[in-house]
Amino acid sequence: MSFERREVRLTIPVAPDMEIAATAQVAALGDWIEMGRDKIDEVKLAVVEACINAFEHSHTPDHEVHIDFVAAEGGEGRVFLEVDVRDGGKGFDPSKVVHPDLPTKLKSDRKRGWGLKIIESLMDDVRIESGEHGTHIVMRKYR
Amino acid sequence: MSETLKVTVERPDAAVAILRTDGYINNTGGEEIAKQAYLLLGDGVSRLLLDLERTKIVNSIGISILIEILEKVLDQGGRLAFCRLTPTIEKTFQIMGLAQYARLYPSPEPALSWLRGEVD
Repeated sequence: MSFERREVRLTIPVAPDMEIAATAQVAALGDWIEMGRDKIDEVKLAVVEACINAFEHSHTPDHEVHIDFVAAEGGEGRVFLEVDVRDGGKGFDPSKVVHPDLPTKLKSDRKRGWGLKIIESLMDDVRIESGEHGTHIVMRKYR
Repeated sequence: MSETLKVTVERPDAAVAILRTDGYINNTGGEEIAKQAYLLLGDGVSRLLLDLERTKIVNSIGISILIEILEKVLDQGGRLAFCRLTPTIEKTFQIMGLAQYARLYPSPEPALSWLRGEVD
């Protein structure tokens, strides 16, 4: 079965638990491309984490996060779900993000900082583009 | 849209406690779990089982609060176990290395056996 490309755009406000609204779209498109339940759940969590990062760190002036979902068939017939979480706030330098480890965190007062590690571990491809005009976190998972 | 986490506590015996979560574990959900866990630790109960059967998502803020709970449990010489995790939550805990310090089980019974010291 070949899959016609589907795109969905969603805008959510920067507000508590609004990241959950995006997970419904992941489920809908994931079901459409017949992605397994566990993989859909992994995409959901990655999207949650990307949204939370945008909520907490971007200081986006419009107080919104924009999410583009694409379900399509790529090269060599590989079907995928791709999500682009973007904001118009202040960017960051991904190369300066310190990847956490638990032994260090257990001794530290700051236990947070797991978001990017979770995203990169759960998704097949992750690309981050960030600058003074905002950030895109583009994440792809193959069916 | 808001999903409020519910936490129920069961004391099957004096040695252990089960905290059952129902809902999304985010910052407020994590704080509710922590509140219950710290009450138990204050009562001298340091062998805790978190039953996540009715939780489908734990975000990284919730996880960081679980790490705080783990730290306090370990400081008191206790044990922490989780059971009935979704595959994604289990994978996330493995990614973070949580399984090196806490135990992950498919069901409550083997978790309780380990917490009670009946098995290694």
